[in-house]
Amino acid sequence: MKTIYLDNNATTRVAPEVVDEMLPYFSEYYGNPSSMHSFGGQIEKKVRDAREKLARLLNCDPSEIVFTSCGTESDNTAIRGTLESHTQKKHIITTRVEHPAVLNLSRHLNKNGYQVTELSVDKKGQLELDELEDTINDATAIVSIMYANNETGVIFPIEEIGTIVKSKGIVFHCDAVQAVGKIPLDMSKSTIDLLSLSGHKFHAPKGIGALYVRKGTKFTPFMVGGHQEKGRRAGTENVPYIIGLGKAAELALEHLKDENTLVKALRDRLENALLTKCPDSCVNGDRAHRLPNTTSISFEYVEGEAILLLLSEKGIAASSGSACTSGSLEPSHVLRAMGVPFTRVHGSVRLSLSRYTTEGEINYTIEQLPPIVKRLRDISPFGKSTS
Amino acid sequence: MWDYSEKVKDHFFNPRNAGEIKEPDGVGEVGSLACGDALKFMFKLDQHKRIKEAKFQTFGCGSAIASASALTEMVIGKTLEEADKITNRDIATYLGGLPEEKMHCSVMGREALESAIAHYRGIDIKKQLEGEIVCKCFGITDKEIERVLKENNLSTVADVTHYTKAGGGCEKCHSDIEEIILRIKGEVRKEPLEKKIPPKRPLTNIQRMKLIEETIDREIRPALQTDGGDIELVDIEGSKVIVTLRGTCTACPSSDFTLKGFAQNKLREFVADDIEVVVRS
Repeated sequence: MKTIYLDNNATTRVAPEVVDEMLPYFSEYYGNPSSMHSFGGQIEKKVRDAREKLARLLNCDPSEIVFTSCGTESDNTAIRGTLESHTQKKHIITTRVEHPAVLNLSRHLNKNGYQVTELSVDKKGQLELDELEDTINDATAIVSIMYANNETGVIFPIEEIGTIVKSKGIVFHCDAVQAVGKIPLDMSKSTIDLLSLSGHKFHAPKGIGALYVRKGTKFTPFMVGGHQEKGRRAGTENVPYIIGLGKAAELALEHLKDENTLVKALRDRLENALLTKCPDSCVNGDRAHRLPNTTSISFEYVEGEAILLLLSEKGIAASSGSACTSGSLEPSHVLRAMGVPFTRVHGSVRLSLSRYTTEGEINYTIEQLPPIVKRLRDISPFGKSTS
Repeated sequence: MWDYSEKVKDHFFNPRNAGEIKEPDGVGEVGSLACGDALKFMFKLDQHKRIKEAKFQTFGCGSAIASASALTEMVIGKTLEEADKITNRDIATYLGGLPEEKMHCSVMGREALESAIAHYRGIDIKKQLEGEIVCKCFGITDKEIERVLKENNLSTVADVTHYTKAGGGCEKCHSDIEEIILRIKGEVRKEPLEKKIPPKRPLTNIQRMKLIEETIDREIRPALQTDGGDIELVDIEGSKVIVTLRGTCTACPSSDFTLKGFAQNKLREFVADDIEVVVRS
């Protein structure tokens, strides 16, 4: 059975062009870019090309890019590196809806002598900027706020946030793992000092990420060792993956417009059709400020894992904020921070598209999902009067 | 993705006896929308007092639906005495096993069956299961934990969480669950749990207020925040500590209870024995 992949916020298909670009660098051109011979030297040039391509996507200087192994490493590097550069400051500001890479790191640091403020969000998943302003103090070392939420797609007003943060002279880190490749980013006009990204969210393979480090930002490396990445990230460069990331960035830039026209149109059609066809359903998050590819819909009286299993049977891959789909018993921390009632959290389904999603696939999903919700509601003890 | 057995998948994709019985002889309901799973189980007896019809309605994940479906198949044709002997293990075995993390689905099946039988017999099951709430997140009592421990021969806190959900939320009750495990095993802990209990000395009003604030900040707020909620101190009137709740706490039906139990215990532990928490909306 063909898979209809609507879980692109989890990971994406590696673009065929990316694979083609990478392949020669496994067995043919396997040199080390740090070597003094030309066999290695030619690789160095390819790494430089990839850095330039990624810099074009972010509109920054190539020297501001540090390649890492993943988004989590970029987040750890940004936050730990900043704290290490400002040892006298012991306060971190972040939000309750961050990805675990930031949330669990800051909670870990909290146990090790750092004070952490987790900003709350409103029902739409948006921040109260006054709260941010009130919490910043002389001890604040870093403000780390995500660009767009992985579960709801809600986009924070990053430049407004950055303006507040920078007016107090504090380092501003942004986990943009979900935003890169989906919405235009321009570091030349941004207030962001440090920006994390991950290749596999925009059609590069898993195992490669990057950290944008604005020129002049105090920085202490997380990985210490050799002189790679100008001493900012030790370890032999993951050459094929860096080249793949560069190609993916080039493609992302080419397709950026499509994300916000074609992909968005498909997402909107899917979302509206599901809301119409399924009673007692609603969208979670600020619909006006959202990634073009993401929708989080809650179906009341049914449980997310059951929906996913039945969808999977029909070849449709999606995800849920329900407790039963994670290893833990805790449902989505994002939806709960937004004050979404438990009844809706348990029945939440996230559908995330990509530029590879077709109209036919969306039509098929619109056909398949409503009967699944109805079927589960029929055997549920709740919601009988309305469905 | 969970590794479900073929039989679990079969019962999930093709549930047996889903629906309602009009005028059932016994009905048992467990769980709630808020907890993420709920089961309504009902049966009807024939003239020989054997279960002739059993039906279920489930709100829950794949294994919750499969467990309920399996339960109905297992009880049909049995007398109530026979059905009463079915344990959660029997349900799991019937399904060819459940992932450890999903064993609570089988426990829910057994509880609903038991509750339906009690309903038929006119017994108030809730009274029987009364005990002290150990896990405040999911409202699980010591009696329930003890029973699952004995019936399934469990030995770790993680086991208890998998079977009852207790300890799967804020994790504050882990040491209490451990105590119950040790008690059931008949062991006595060699060293008492280390607790930072400050000496309870007479406090000035200012010291007392400070200590209450500190305790809320250090012991209570972080736990609520991991749950997406928050607590704020409004006033202190003698031994009464008045607070308000924010975020998901206000939406959670068990919030009053959570607060009284949890905040009050903490304040009594760290400040004074006579503290009473009052929630103001």
